[in-house]
Amino acid sequence: MTESTVCLADLASVIRSKNAGPFVITLDVFFKEGEVFRKVRDAGVITKASLAELYRVSEDDILEVTFFEPAEALKISIKRWVSSAAPGDTDVFGAQQHVPLMSLSFDLEK
Amino acid sequence: MDELRILSPTGILGYGFPADSLAEGMANKPHAIAVDAGSTDPGPYFLGIQPGEAIGKLAKFGRTVHADLRPLMKATLGARIPLIIGSAGGAGGNLHVMGVALLIREIAEQEGLKFRMALIRAEIEPSLVKEKLRQGKVTPLGPVPELSLDDVDRSVRIVAQMGVEPFVRALEEGAQVILGGRASDPAMFAALPILQGFDKGLSIHMGKILECGAIAAEPGSGGDVLLGTIRRDHFLVEPMNPVRRCTVRSVAAHSLYEAADPWHLNEPGGTVDLRGVSFAQETDRCVRVSGSRFVKDPVYRIKLEGAEFVGYRTICIAGVRDPAALAHLDEMLEGARIRTAEQFSDLDRAQWELYFRVYGRDGVMGPLEPESSLAHEVGLLIEVIASTQEDATSICMFAHAQILHYGFPGRTSTAGNLAFPLSPQDIPVGPVHRFNIYHLMEVDDPLIHFPIQMIEVGR
Repeated sequence: MTESTVCLADLASVIRSKNAGPFVITLDVFFKEGEVFRKVRDAGVITKASLAELYRVSEDDILEVTFFEPAEALKISIKRWVSSAAPGDTDVFGAQQHVPLMSLSFDLEK
Repeated sequence: MDELRILSPTGILGYGFPADSLAEGMANKPHAIAVDAGSTDPGPYFLGIQPGEAIGKLAKFGRTVHADLRPLMKATLGARIPLIIGSAGGAGGNLHVMGVALLIREIAEQEGLKFRMALIRAEIEPSLVKEKLRQGKVTPLGPVPELSLDDVDRSVRIVAQMGVEPFVRALEEGAQVILGGRASDPAMFAALPILQGFDKGLSIHMGKILECGAIAAEPGSGGDVLLGTIRRDHFLVEPMNPVRRCTVRSVAAHSLYEAADPWHLNEPGGTVDLRGVSFAQETDRCVRVSGSRFVKDPVYRIKLEGAEFVGYRTICIAGVRDPAALAHLDEMLEGARIRTAEQFSDLDRAQWELYFRVYGRDGVMGPLEPESSLAHEVGLLIEVIASTQEDATSICMFAHAQILHYGFPGRTSTAGNLAFPLSPQDIPVGPVHRFNIYHLMEVDDPLIHFPIQMIEVGR
């Protein structure tokens, strides 16, 4: 870690998760500043591979990683490990699965 | 007509709205009120529910829906504008539509209201799904397995999301109250604009933003009123409660809400392409949206939702506070699991399942939880799913007793390892379902699978 290392929670005004249908959880990140959004996007550190590692799932389960310019937002969609409310599910609405994303850290100065 | 105004009173029928917000909305002379009444979010229970299982228990049918319907019916019928409701009763099956229709009739009688009501059904016959499946016209939606004929047989109820077309038809036929079964969320909001010739892409995109009430405002609320104004080449959204405002950010953010792909809204019959969309601050509290474009699909496809019955659930809630018990938590749970399996060895092991959820450790994220620390106390949810309610309760009771009196090395608190907040400890919850159909089905006609029944209420 260097001094310029930051985590996503410091840069974002919104980090949230929610079902996108019963089989997918979608994560949205809105950035405090457009400039930061572009820096994060261009840094190329948020990828299917890095997210798979963060969530400890297979890379194939990371369905989408999209930087959405009109809202200066990052959208990630992940396959649910168990469908909404099926036996063994812990979060029927999928509203509390965003937390690992908050601590995703990277060096924006690089 | 240069513009059309659609009022969205609340995120889900039953979530409520301030009376002042509705009054302000009506002062803007809307051309319709539209409201979404359902979602798959609460899980498959609502889709799987059987008539015998006390419909009255369904939160979606309770007092809150009644409380929302009354002022909405009075406002719309008083102003001679349509009230358009979709995904009735949460899941939008026939019994859900009939349940909400009963509430509407009850209110009409109490208030002396007379109107023409359209009921639009959205249940799909399993035989049709099988026929389409054999023709290769059913495909998975997202990370879902291919559908099998068995899946169709196991599904206790199948609904399809209707598009705007059945709502448009009901409006053409003069319905003043439209109660639809399962519907695509924006359809109720987009129907009147599309009927009046407004751009389809803009109409549906506006519907997508309006369907959650004031969630697209700052501060957001699922229980407050949002006004959408559509014009030829753009639309405006504005909250009716002065404490809220729509900002470019809040409205753009909402375009992403609950969608896997931010650039495309996949709807029955086509896609709204958002790649050319722009958001602009019209006034301090109002946002202008333009550039959303509808791209028609070569074939019309509807989204199917089905739920299969899994078993009956019984739960037990308990807390663990003793530090030594916490240190031996996994050992206790594993011990209880083994003893319970021994005790019920006469039951087919495939017929029941035991789950422990440890709140304060990994109750929220389960195997995905990155943290390994344990709180000074944990909440334990014991859950059993079995083929009968009696078995589920017996197994749950036995399992909780094993944990309660589990003797681990160094135990000093020998009277019991669990704190129960409730009596009885084991709570029968009822049937459990699983979504087993979430597929797209090609159809030849956007209307015929969603039959419309016209009823004269109060006449």
